[in-house]
Amino acid sequence: MANGVSATPTLSVRQATKQFGGSLALCDVDLDLWPGEAHALVGENGAGKSTLIKLITGVHQPDGGEVLHHGEVVHFPTPRDAQLHGIQTIYQEVHLAPQLSIARNVFLGREPTRFGSLDLKRMNREAAALLGRYGIVADVRRPLGGLSLGVQQMIAVVRAVSTDASVVIMDEPTSSLEPREVDKLLEVVGLLKQQGVAVVYVSHKLEEVFRACDKITVLRDGRLVWTGAVTDTTRRQLISRMLGRDPGELGNGKITHLGRAPVERGEVPVLAAQHLTRRFVLDDISLLLHPGEVVGLAGLLGSGRSETAKAIFGALALDSGTVEFCGKRFPRSTPASRLHSGVAMLPEDRKVEGIIPELSIRDNIGLAALPMLSRRGFVSRRKQAEIVDTFITRLHIKATGPEQKVAELSGGNQQKVLLARMLCLSPKVLLLDEPTRGIDVGAKAEVQALIADLAAKGLGVVLISSELEEIVEGSDTVLVLRDGTALGTLFGDEIDESAIMTMIAGAAEHDTAELIA
Amino acid sequence: MTSTAAHTVGRSATHGWEDITSWVRQRGVYIALALVILYNVIFTAHFNQWDTVQLLFAQMPPVLIVSMGMALVIGTGGIDLSVGATMAIASAVLAKFVAPASSHGLGSPIALAIAMALLAGLAVGVFNGTVVAVGRVQPIVATLSLLVAGRGVALVITGGALVELFDPFLKVVRQGQVFGIADVMIVAAAIAVVVSVLVRRTTLGYRLVAIGGNRRAAVLAGVPVRSTLITVYAISGVFAAVAGLIATARLRASDPSYIGLLMELSAITAVVVGGTPLKGGQVRVLGTVAGAVLMQLLQTTLLAHNIPNSVSEMVEALIIVAAVYIQRPSRSAA
Repeated sequence: MANGVSATPTLSVRQATKQFGGSLALCDVDLDLWPGEAHALVGENGAGKSTLIKLITGVHQPDGGEVLHHGEVVHFPTPRDAQLHGIQTIYQEVHLAPQLSIARNVFLGREPTRFGSLDLKRMNREAAALLGRYGIVADVRRPLGGLSLGVQQMIAVVRAVSTDASVVIMDEPTSSLEPREVDKLLEVVGLLKQQGVAVVYVSHKLEEVFRACDKITVLRDGRLVWTGAVTDTTRRQLISRMLGRDPGELGNGKITHLGRAPVERGEVPVLAAQHLTRRFVLDDISLLLHPGEVVGLAGLLGSGRSETAKAIFGALALDSGTVEFCGKRFPRSTPASRLHSGVAMLPEDRKVEGIIPELSIRDNIGLAALPMLSRRGFVSRRKQAEIVDTFITRLHIKATGPEQKVAELSGGNQQKVLLARMLCLSPKVLLLDEPTRGIDVGAKAEVQALIADLAAKGLGVVLISSELEEIVEGSDTVLVLRDGTALGTLFGDEIDESAIMTMIAGAAEHDTAELIA
Repeated sequence: MTSTAAHTVGRSATHGWEDITSWVRQRGVYIALALVILYNVIFTAHFNQWDTVQLLFAQMPPVLIVSMGMALVIGTGGIDLSVGATMAIASAVLAKFVAPASSHGLGSPIALAIAMALLAGLAVGVFNGTVVAVGRVQPIVATLSLLVAGRGVALVITGGALVELFDPFLKVVRQGQVFGIADVMIVAAAIAVVVSVLVRRTTLGYRLVAIGGNRRAAVLAGVPVRSTLITVYAISGVFAAVAGLIATARLRASDPSYIGLLMELSAITAVVVGGTPLKGGQVRVLGTVAGAVLMQLLQTTLLAHNIPNSVSEMVEALIIVAAVYIQRPSRSAA
């Protein structure tokens, strides 16, 4: 916008498609990056944001479609090739050398030399000038590691720009920054735009997107949902696009509620989490869960929904707050003690936190139940086989047998293995973080039916999902979160997608009037 | 549906090669061992004799025993570089207790001396495990400290000198046989059986490979990661102490600068050549035994054919590289 003279975008992506194993990570996605424009890329986990970026930066090769640089088709077999075309990426974590000086980091890999040796004087002078241009005050001779993360982040930006970058990609750049540092970073984004750089801004913080960006592209399940100018959309519309329904479709409310009778809340909740607080992550979150109740946690990525589950499970240390189970405090704050008491959790990231890929289905399912399956440290093969066989049948796990490696299973079956690992403990409370993400439609329906069935049998369930539909249809109570704070709780008939989105978008929004209409 | 079909096709195309590498990865050590034995049977004079086996049985126990502990540690995704130094410490403690006052010892009964030596190994292991599990120091660094300092500790214990030992029990350890099989070999075999049972049948065994396979997942599945890791390193320490005692008996002396020298490398080699991946998550007990025998036999063979030591070291290196090469993660998985 600042630079309307250009007729072709700096970089374009046409019908990009990428497949990993059996799943489609990206399907027919277009993207145009214009000079002097900041383009936001938004979407939930697994929407395809990082895959798209990796295609642009040469980390992955597209299976279909093409990348155009100033209108010409280009191939980036390696990240180095993308960099040579002026495409630079700033990651969440700073990928620089903390022990080296700031100046050395700015010029890493292209240090100025004089008679074949490092020209330190020139390097320091030029680095200082560069930093000055972006309003960063720091002694360039000091080691980078001594600076705050925010300043390090900005130095990474300066480094990127000083290489004559024409495209700068920022992947969740503010996730570990404090508010003051965020302001500073957004100023730098503004300066980049003035210099005609095309900026890609990946973030789940809509606040920043609306402040710093000119255009927005929304991805969901690997597909392009919407793209347009930031002035053409409201925060509310954006959220509904990210979470899965067209704004026009809204207002229908929930459909089935899975045909369950309304839950009866007894005197004593099976789980009571009070005032869960952790600096910058959770701010005074409270949650009550009754036997047979499904409490949905709704909110965008980064809203604190997974962290709340982890805190309840004892896997995230808290600054303050208490978790009571059947009216009693937990003795120790570890996952092991929670599992022992009857609280189980299905983690969000199946691959990183869930499966042990090289072990068999049998060993994966039996892992948490080892204390029950063993006597004096010796595992009873018979008991183990009983449990494993029962759950393979009950959850319809498709495999060649209990000895098959979990790595060889499909996502849906891996998820069922993890569910079996938890269910064989006969828990009273089940924390489910994205139980149906990345699994095929059939498995998804099975898992959702299983959750309803478990709740009907008296289990208390906390359900987290990026799909609002899943929350609305599966929950008796919904707790809406944003930026680590609870915005409110919806009960029974109050639960519908529209109400949740209104809460997330925030009542203070300028488009309130439009919401009501 | 189309994506599923494409997926299936993609898999079967790569399957053939993957099957071959995985087959070699799992059985390569046995094939190599068979080839070395076959070569010796045909080409090495006097190989087909009971003497050869007995010599092997006399040489093997220390490295076999240490490798068993190492296999467990590597199964957790760790490594124990301190085993050689631990052997020296155990040997020094034994000498200190059992040697008569005339050689600056305490003159205690041999049983007490052995108990104290094993306790020293346990202490070293618990220390390593605590640094790794509680201090969250990388295993290679945590155990490096004792690789460097351990021999110094042993020298201080013995007073800086080689201590000759004449206790009759050490002679029994050195020469004892049951049906012509060295006692120490029976001990080593027993330890291998115990470790095999531990890996296959106990909660400790199930848990340690879970930690090696995915530590975060193990934590969230309620695995007591700290106590498991400390136990595994403690076992490695005790096994190293046992090996140190056997080596001492064989040498008839405690020599801190010689006992267990480079044992950490032999043990790691045996484990890796035996097919246990260095990244953890799996323990191959029989493979490790075969790996240790293979390396020892290889050395003996090259020696028997008057091949210079320098060349034999290069051959060993080649085998290690080959073992690690077939274990490297396949590109498709990365």
